[in-house]
Amino acid sequence: MTKVNNKNKTVFHHKQISKTLTGIAGLDEITGGGLPTNRPTLICGEAGSGKTLFSLEFIVRGAIEFNEPGVFMAFEEKTEELALNVASLGFDLKKLQSEKKIKVDYVQVDRSEIEETGEYDLDGLFIRLGYAIDSIGAKRVVLDTIESLFAGLSNLGILRAELRRLFQWLKDKGVTAIITGERGDGPSLTRQGLEEYVSDCVILLDHRVINQISTRRLRVIKYRGSVHGTNEYPFMIDEDGISVLPVTSLSLQKEVSSARLSSGIPSLDKMLGGKGFFIGSSILVSGTAGTGKTSIAASFANETCNQNKRCLYFAFEESPKQIIRNMKSIDMELQQHVDKGLLQFRASRPTLHGLEEHLVVIHKLVKRFKPQVVILDPITNLITVGSVSEVKSMLVRLIDFLMEEQITVMFTALTLNTVVSEQTDEGVSSLVDAWLFVRDIEFNGERNRGMYIMKSRGMKHSNQVREFIITDKGIDLVDVYLGPGGVLTGSAREAQKLHEKTGVVLRDNALSMKDREIDRKRRVLESKIASLQTEFESAEEELNKIYIEEELIKKVSESNIREMTRLRRGEREADGNKGRKK
Amino acid sequence: MTEQRGVTDGGDCNGDFYKLRLYVTGASPNSSRAISNLRDICEKHLKGKYELEIIDVYQQPLMAESEQIIALPLLIKKFPSPERRMIGDLSNTEKVLKGLSLAES
Repeated sequence: MTKVNNKNKTVFHHKQISKTLTGIAGLDEITGGGLPTNRPTLICGEAGSGKTLFSLEFIVRGAIEFNEPGVFMAFEEKTEELALNVASLGFDLKKLQSEKKIKVDYVQVDRSEIEETGEYDLDGLFIRLGYAIDSIGAKRVVLDTIESLFAGLSNLGILRAELRRLFQWLKDKGVTAIITGERGDGPSLTRQGLEEYVSDCVILLDHRVINQISTRRLRVIKYRGSVHGTNEYPFMIDEDGISVLPVTSLSLQKEVSSARLSSGIPSLDKMLGGKGFFIGSSILVSGTAGTGKTSIAASFANETCNQNKRCLYFAFEESPKQIIRNMKSIDMELQQHVDKGLLQFRASRPTLHGLEEHLVVIHKLVKRFKPQVVILDPITNLITVGSVSEVKSMLVRLIDFLMEEQITVMFTALTLNTVVSEQTDEGVSSLVDAWLFVRDIEFNGERNRGMYIMKSRGMKHSNQVREFIITDKGIDLVDVYLGPGGVLTGSAREAQKLHEKTGVVLRDNALSMKDREIDRKRRVLESKIASLQTEFESAEEELNKIYIEEELIKKVSESNIREMTRLRRGEREADGNKGRKK
Repeated sequence: MTEQRGVTDGGDCNGDFYKLRLYVTGASPNSSRAISNLRDICEKHLKGKYELEIIDVYQQPLMAESEQIIALPLLIKKFPSPERRMIGDLSNTEKVLKGLSLAES
């Protein structure tokens, strides 16, 4: 209710006609506060489109939530039948009637037992209605469906005049009224042209079946004196009554949080700047079949519950039991969280409802359970229900809604296309804040999982491909081996590691061999140097010896000559000298 | 056809005795006409063997619900069975007589 009030404040600045809240989830938002007070509203639609329930809910909610008693005048169903029909919605008509909060009056119109013998009027109806209104002080009136009168009475002139008088009378009475009318053939909204009389507000209910899946839709055709949503809004009827989803509410003005939430995989958190996802952000985990998307989602759920936060898990493929069993195999005990009421599963086949109804269901459960984290696993299956563009628009609205509620949402999506750049993932990849991509890396006769962060808005994140390993202990990410042979994963990575280890040993060995050789070489060289040195010394000695010898010879010959000269002193001195000098 | 009726038939088994009930709304033109028309018909065809009760629905609004009254004036032939209902100011005498199963006479 506060939400509605806020909306009123923000959207409508001018003086408005006064409105009466219906209490029907969503309708008050579309109409900006409910139905026009003290005026009749026409609700038309085909058989089975929910007119009776709609109007009855208006009365019951009015009585219970707004303390406005109401009169329900039924022309088609008997009081007991009505009570039975709505008991399944938790409306106890008998009790409300005995508390004088509502009054149900069944008006029987049976042509066969009525003979028209002249002029008449509908004063009987007026008196009944007037009495009913006065007896409980009713503020709300429903006539369901007054067209039955046309079946019972044949004088159209009188009927039309009387109806006109009736609606005027209702206005004068000061009650907010709903008139239901069956949709006729052709352009007119109702068979008897009731829209001519009730012209303040007209709501059309529709029930369409597309691809064997039916969707109920509601449209405010006209609302005099008020702004209103003009789109077709899906609505659904379930155990809580009617819920209308105002789908195009959102103006991208939501609060943001910079608090973080762990993904449950420490190494993934590390990739995301060390802390995990932003609270209130949307995360897409996409990947091919069997890459562990559900495991990632479950581990996120597990972590959330470990932190004593609530998580709502929508499973479109597996049953809760299946998920719990499967996750046990990787050391995740989800059952304990379910028991504690922190984790709630909602498993349904996508084909159970139309797309919009899924949205309504999610909406409602979220409102009721108030989780911090919502998981949808997988969104791909929704394609079976609607076209890609429909799924996209649904997801846009879902993301918007969850962001507004500050709920972190994780989608998983199956991709059939392995070319990353061509991924559209139902077109949500541009909407989400973080996108994890898990893919198979097939190499060397085995299949391994690789994970990258395609994007993660507003935080530092790793650009590395990590190998994603699912073990008995849980999920882990390890660095892939980036070697000369490219990216290696799995056993190839292990092999490469071993290979490297051997390499180190071998190299060490080789190194020591080389060292020894050098040592030897050095020693050889050193010995060679020594021998050369000795050789040099001997050569030097040799040279010295010759030199000395020559010196000696010189010395000796000189002394000899002197001796000879001394011996031959006299005659032969000059000849001897000349001859020697020559 | 009968489960909503609050008033049950009387125990009187006299085959020719008529129990009629006319619902009107105060002194509206239709009501006045209906009363006088009915009086005429009864005097003419059922003299001495009818019982007419005229009820103003304004005075007894609860009757409107219990008797499933929509259009007024309303004439109900309570007895002899079958019960018949006629709406309008009863100006179409032929239809009224047929409704009262008196058309042949």
